[in-house]
Amino acid sequence: MSPVRGTETTTAVAIELRDIVKRFPGVVANDGVNLTVHRGTIHAIVGENGAGKSTLMKTLYGAHRPDEGIVTVHDIARQFRSPKDAIAAGIGMVFQHFMLADNLSVWENIVLGQEPRLSWRLDQRRARSSIAELGERYGLAVDPDVLVGDLGVGDKQRVEILKVLYRGAEILILDEPTAVLVPHEVEELFRSLRELSAGGSTVIFISHKLDEVLRYADAITVIRAGRTVAEVADPTSVTAHELGELMVGSELPTPETALRLVDDHVRLEVRDLTVIGADSGRRALDAVSLRVHTGEIVGIAGVEGNGQTELIEAIMGLRPATGGVWLEGIDLTALTTLERRATGVGYIPEDRQRDGLVLEMPLWENAMLGHQGAPPFATGAWVDRLAARRRTDEIIADFDVRTPGPDVPAFTLSGGNQQKLIVGREMAAQPRVLVAANPTRGVDVGAQAVIWDILRAARDAGLATLLVSADLEELMGLSDRLLVMLRGAVVAEMDPRSITPGELGSTMTGATP
Amino acid sequence: MIARLGRGLIAPASAAVVALTVSSIALAISGNNPITAFVEMWKTIDSSESVVLIINRAVPYYVAGVAVAIGFRMNLFNIGANGQYTLAALLAASAGAAVSLPAPLHVAFILVIAVAVGSLWAAIAGILKVTRGVNEVISTIMLNYIATGITAFLVAEYLRNPDTILVAETRKLPESARLPSLNPLLELVGINIGGNAKLFGFLPFAIALGIGYHLLLNRSRFGYELRVSGSNPAAARAAGINPKAMVLKAIILSGAVAGLVGMSALLADPQFHKYGDQFPKTLGFTGIALALLGRNHPGGVAVAALVWATIERATQRLSPLGIPQEIGVILQGSFLLAAVVAYEVVRRRNAEATAREAARITASSPPPPSARTPEVTP
Repeated sequence: MSPVRGTETTTAVAIELRDIVKRFPGVVANDGVNLTVHRGTIHAIVGENGAGKSTLMKTLYGAHRPDEGIVTVHDIARQFRSPKDAIAAGIGMVFQHFMLADNLSVWENIVLGQEPRLSWRLDQRRARSSIAELGERYGLAVDPDVLVGDLGVGDKQRVEILKVLYRGAEILILDEPTAVLVPHEVEELFRSLRELSAGGSTVIFISHKLDEVLRYADAITVIRAGRTVAEVADPTSVTAHELGELMVGSELPTPETALRLVDDHVRLEVRDLTVIGADSGRRALDAVSLRVHTGEIVGIAGVEGNGQTELIEAIMGLRPATGGVWLEGIDLTALTTLERRATGVGYIPEDRQRDGLVLEMPLWENAMLGHQGAPPFATGAWVDRLAARRRTDEIIADFDVRTPGPDVPAFTLSGGNQQKLIVGREMAAQPRVLVAANPTRGVDVGAQAVIWDILRAARDAGLATLLVSADLEELMGLSDRLLVMLRGAVVAEMDPRSITPGELGSTMTGATP
Repeated sequence: MIARLGRGLIAPASAAVVALTVSSIALAISGNNPITAFVEMWKTIDSSESVVLIINRAVPYYVAGVAVAIGFRMNLFNIGANGQYTLAALLAASAGAAVSLPAPLHVAFILVIAVAVGSLWAAIAGILKVTRGVNEVISTIMLNYIATGITAFLVAEYLRNPDTILVAETRKLPESARLPSLNPLLELVGINIGGNAKLFGFLPFAIALGIGYHLLLNRSRFGYELRVSGSNPAAARAAGINPKAMVLKAIILSGAVAGLVGMSALLADPQFHKYGDQFPKTLGFTGIALALLGRNHPGGVAVAALVWATIERATQRLSPLGIPQEIGVILQGSFLLAAVVAYEVVRRRNAEATAREAARITASSPPPPSARTPEVTP
């Protein structure tokens, strides 16, 4: 496919990268990347996981030096030896994983390392006023006195951006800024970024989500396998589909599923499940009842933090709860997590690296996690290493986990392959009910398609799936039925085929459609 | 395989070089010729008698190292091995001296008591941690002091041998409770030890302990759950492993093994067979160093214990030559510090190398076509 080009822009160039090559032993991460970002624009960089986006951004941020190529910032050729040099050149980076101190307040986090002084004392008043000014100018208002640990994800991100702006950055790099945000937060974020670019700052963001790239970016650079494959100067000239195909170099998958009839046999029944929040004392989950039938995917939509985590953990027996959970009439309420899993509840946790894997353990030991008491992994008190490796080999083959073998540690896998291992582990146990939380969060489109295929095939074979996801496209594409959660309760049931993402979004936020 | 072993030896080898350099400098500063000192050290250990003495010294170190290592695998810092084993040794010694049983039973009886006392004393720290959230470092340190007080009090007031007036100690164990020396066994296989050195009979128990530790940790479901809980508590919870139960079990197990630390001295060392003033009381701290040095690995801790004992034996005869014996402590300390740093450096290098290698292998094998262009079923 030939690169799509728009009309020449006349604005000044903020950043120019020419023929960047960065090799790691055995791997060429960047193999001739070109990037031109104009001043005062919002520029998107898209590409699959492993395409070399992060390597490129690290080059730009001075985290490492390129082997070949030229970095030009505001028409001056630069050789950054460390992020410090990049910051001095006016470049700031907002990482995907926030780098904030939870036990400090917002303003303390922002000034940390560059505190305004009043002789030898910290000038609190000046710190607050400059933060307030920045916040007001760019629509990034955050209460400066709140502890960062008490903030939601969206606010934390605002603090990160303020931190970078406070250091005088004119060029902002944001690594997958929307991965953790809900629709209205995404809108707010880009409104702020727009203010910034209107003020002459330059914004570069990395994203997987093509619709928002098309909606918000002034220009797009597509990277595949370490190379720039397209530079789109006019986003209105391409569709999300074309962009996706440029990204993967082939046809793009969709989560659409055919309209189908669902069996009326109830596999999973949840009745009046209530969880009292440990800190707040409030009902984090408020008398939720739901049923999932044979061959049905029930999607749970909701803004993060409205009880979805509590629902899943209560179903899995990970959190004390009142009310009941039944699997095909078997009462699970009194069972432990391990017993529930052994009874036939598969579980894909929401954060694979935190809850789903032990990164330094080999794949075969990860393949038994959560199933360690059951065949083929254990015979009595002893682990059957041979059988466990064999099962892992099967998972690797059946679920397309790209790895040299079952003995490599899990940290060597890419995010998508880690997730395929987890999905494969749960499916190989032949569950009757699957509880899946964000099964494709942060994975590349290739792995996402594989996982969607697996979930669909399992549903067609009769599996009852409870799907919690922050990805509305995934929810609407895969679910047969949608339940919307707000403040710990199910507030609406919707048919995913007859609603728009906008309607779903407003129901999620409590604004009646 | 050989390459992997070679890579594994880089860290300890470079740590040894650092330790030798540091102690050479220390020797030179104190006006001694390092070469002379090291030659003297070598002379001291270069005899089969010395080897036996080194092994005898290493055995309780090893047991202490394993006890601490079990805790480490669960991210628990059991500093309380000292209290656990001194209390265990005292109670086992006095109970053993009070009963008469046939030999194997008598030994088993004493071991059971030692293990039970060690576990129970450690369980206090475990219960405090899981019910009240008390950090085990603090509680085990405190329990060490309490154990010191209790043992001193018990041995002075209640468990004292009435026949000794000047020193407070328990009665000697009867013959049936003593483990014989292994010298006859060595002679059977043709090894004759010069001098009066006797290889203590507790060695087979220590070897069995090491094998048991390996099997439990690497082959059993319990060991798997322990390692998962230690490495990633959140994943352990999601996998249905009860973290509190695991903490309690690990502390109790660590204490049970710690209970055995004093058993080589009590059962197999002719100098003791009783608990008293001279009984070693701080082997638990050595165990912490050895668990670190041996990276909690059953074989690694064994090598570490032997190295430790070798350094101590080698420096024993330096004082008469005017060379400060403390050079042994400098050797041990610098070796431990350098090894811990080197392990971390090597670990990071290896992790990077493994990741690159995996990426290379994965990239060079073409992915199945189904993965690149996924089937779309609308």
